[in-house]
Amino acid sequence: MRTAEIDETLSLLRAMLRIRLIEEEIAARYAEQEMRCPVHLSTGQEAVAVGVCAALRPDDKVVSTHRCHAHYLAKGGDLKAMLAEMYGRAAGCCGGRGGSMHLFDDDAGVLLSLPIVGSCLPIANGVALSMIQRGLDAVSVAFFGDGATEEGVFHETLNFAAVHRLPALFVLENNLYSCYTGLDDRQPARPFSALADAHAIPTDGADGNDVEAVREATARAVARARAGEGPTLLVFDTYRWREHCGPNFDNDIGYRTETEFLSWKDRCPVERLATRLRAADLIDEAGLEAIRNAIGDEIGEAFAFAKAAPFPDPETVGNHVYA
Amino acid sequence: MSTPETRILTVAEALREATDVAMERDESVFVMGEGVADPKAIFGTTGGLLEKYGSRRVMEMPIAENGFTGAAIGAALMGRRPLIIHQRVDFALLSLEQLFNNAAKISYVSNGKHRVPLVVRMIVGRGWGQGPAHSQSLETLFAMVPGLKVVMPSTAREAKGQLIAALEDDNPVLVIEHRWVHYATGEVPPGRYVVPLDGPRIVRPGADVTIVATSYMLLEALCAAEALAEAGVSAEVIDMAVIRPFSPRMVVDSVRRTGRLMVVDTGFRRFGVGAELAACVAEEALGALRAPPLRFGLPDHPTPSSRALLGGFYPNALTIIDAAAGLAGADPLRLTAPRERMAAELAKLPMDVPHPTFRGPF
Repeated sequence: MRTAEIDETLSLLRAMLRIRLIEEEIAARYAEQEMRCPVHLSTGQEAVAVGVCAALRPDDKVVSTHRCHAHYLAKGGDLKAMLAEMYGRAAGCCGGRGGSMHLFDDDAGVLLSLPIVGSCLPIANGVALSMIQRGLDAVSVAFFGDGATEEGVFHETLNFAAVHRLPALFVLENNLYSCYTGLDDRQPARPFSALADAHAIPTDGADGNDVEAVREATARAVARARAGEGPTLLVFDTYRWREHCGPNFDNDIGYRTETEFLSWKDRCPVERLATRLRAADLIDEAGLEAIRNAIGDEIGEAFAFAKAAPFPDPETVGNHVYA
Repeated sequence: MSTPETRILTVAEALREATDVAMERDESVFVMGEGVADPKAIFGTTGGLLEKYGSRRVMEMPIAENGFTGAAIGAALMGRRPLIIHQRVDFALLSLEQLFNNAAKISYVSNGKHRVPLVVRMIVGRGWGQGPAHSQSLETLFAMVPGLKVVMPSTAREAKGQLIAALEDDNPVLVIEHRWVHYATGEVPPGRYVVPLDGPRIVRPGADVTIVATSYMLLEALCAAEALAEAGVSAEVIDMAVIRPFSPRMVVDSVRRTGRLMVVDTGFRRFGVGAELAACVAEEALGALRAPPLRFGLPDHPTPSSRALLGGFYPNALTIIDAAAGLAGADPLRLTAPRERMAAELAKLPMDVPHPTFRGPF
C-alpha cells in the first residue's frame, strides 16, 4: 500500500469509529432526558455512510432520512451544530426547529434530512437536475432504507432519474427492518436490483459492513454519474444494532432474535477494518487508543458546548415561516 | 400625441405572457408538468414556450406528481425557480406530502437558511360533467398550512402580475386558477410588472354591503353588483385574491363602513374562506354588523357529473343579487327588472358551460 492509501484507509477507520463513539455517547446520555427529541441511531451501519461519503467531493450533495446522524457526520457535518440541535439550542443546525431528523450542513454538502420515509428521494433528483442545468459535474446522493423502496415515490424517483439521465446515486441501506417488521413480511422474495431493472437503472453494491467495498462501489457509480451516464442504485446490506428509535437494545421484545443480532455484531464494520489494518501492521492497539482518545476529547468538548449553549429566544418562534 | 395601445387578453393569455416574461428575464425559471409541452399546452397557457425555450426549460413530466414536485423542491433549494402546472387541483393531491412536509417547512426548519422558490399552478375544473374528482376547489386545504402562499387570480391584468410576482417570490406559491376564469378578458399591460401577493383588493367601491369573492365568483359578483346598483344597492366588491398570507384587514374595514358582509367563494362553504372571514369580522367588528354575515360556497356533497343534479350546486350572480338585496333591504320594485334580466340572460345557455356574460372585459 502507498502512504496515501494507508492514510485514506486509516481515515475510514477513524470516521467510522468517530460516528460509533458519538452515537454511543448519545445513547449513554439519552436517559438524562435533556436531548428531548427522538433519536434514530446508526450503530452497526457506519460503513455505508463512511464508505459512500469517502467517494464524494465536498461539492457533491447528500440528502438523508430520519436516521441521518451517520450520513451527516460522514459527509463532514458539524458535530457541535448536530448535538446542539438535539439539545434544542439556538446553535443547533436548525436553531432548535428540527431536532435530530432534520440535520443539514450547507458547508459540508448535507442539503437536508427528512423524517418521512422516501421523502428525500425526489429531492435528490431535483438537486441532480440543477447540476445539469448549471453545467456542473457534481453528483447528488440520496440515502434511504429498505422501507423506502415500498413507497410509490421511490419508483417515481427512479423513473424520473432514468428518463433524464440524472447524476444521482440512490443509496439503499438495507438494514432488514422497518421499525419492528422484517423485510420478508413486507416484500416478496426478489432482489432490489429488479426494482432498478424495471426503471432501466443499473444496480451496484457491496457488503454494507465492508467500508472499503462500499467506497469502491460508490466510486464506480460516481464515475458513471460524472461521465453523464446517469443514475445508479447502490444496495448495501447492513444491520441496525439498536432499537428503531431510542438508545436501547431491543432483541428481547420478540421481533428478532439475539442470535441474529450476534451474527451481525460479529461483522461489526469498525472492528472488521481494524482487524484488517492490524493484520497488515498498519495500526496497533496504541494507535487505536490514540484515535479513540482524540475522538473522545472532541466528543466531550462538543457535548459541553451543546449543553452550555443558550436556548433559542421564544420571541423568534414565528420567524422564517416565509423567506 | 400617441395613446398607449390597449390590449385585451384572456386570463389564459395573460398567464402565458407572464410565464414568458419571467422565463425571458431569469434563466433559472423553468416549467414542469403533465402536458406543458404537448399540443394542448395546458389550455394554451404554455403555448409557444417549448419552441422558444426548448425542452430543458419546458419539461414534460412523467405521471408522478409527488415525484416531480419533490424534484422541483430539490431544484428550488439549489436556486432554480421551477413552475409546476397541474391541469386539475385534484391531480396535485398526489403531491401533498412534498408540498406540506417539505416546501412549506424548509424555510422554517432551516431557520431561514434555505428557501424554496417554487410556483405550483393548479386548475379548478367546472362544467361539462367534470364530476367529483375533476372539479375540486381546495384552496383552504392548502391555505391551512403555514409556509405556503395561496393565490387565486380572477382578472387578466392581476393574473399576469400575480404570476410574475409568484415566479419572483422566494417562497412556495400555489396559484389556483378556476378553469372558467381562463376565459375572462381584460386590459393587460405589456412587459414585466407585478401585482404584490399581499392581500385583497377593492375592485368596486360601495357603501351598502361588502361582497368578498374569490376566483370565478368575483366575476359573478361584479356582474351582480351592476344589477344591484340599478336596484339602488351600492355593493363594495373585494377580490380575496391572496388567501395565504391571510390579510383580513381590508374586509374588516369595509364591513365597518357597510355593516353587512357576504362572502362568495368557489370552495366548499363549510371550513371555507367565508368561514374564516366571517370569524375575523365577528372577532374584530361585531358591533359594526347590522345583519349576520352570509357565506356562499359549495354544499356538503361531492360534485355530481349530471347537469340534472347540478341545479343548486354553484352559487351564481342571481344568488348574490338576492342575498345582497336581502341584506341591504333593497326596494323589491327596483330589484325586479335587473334581476329578471340577469335570470333571462343565464337561462340562454345550459349551466354546464361558461357563460359569455362573465367574460368581461373586467
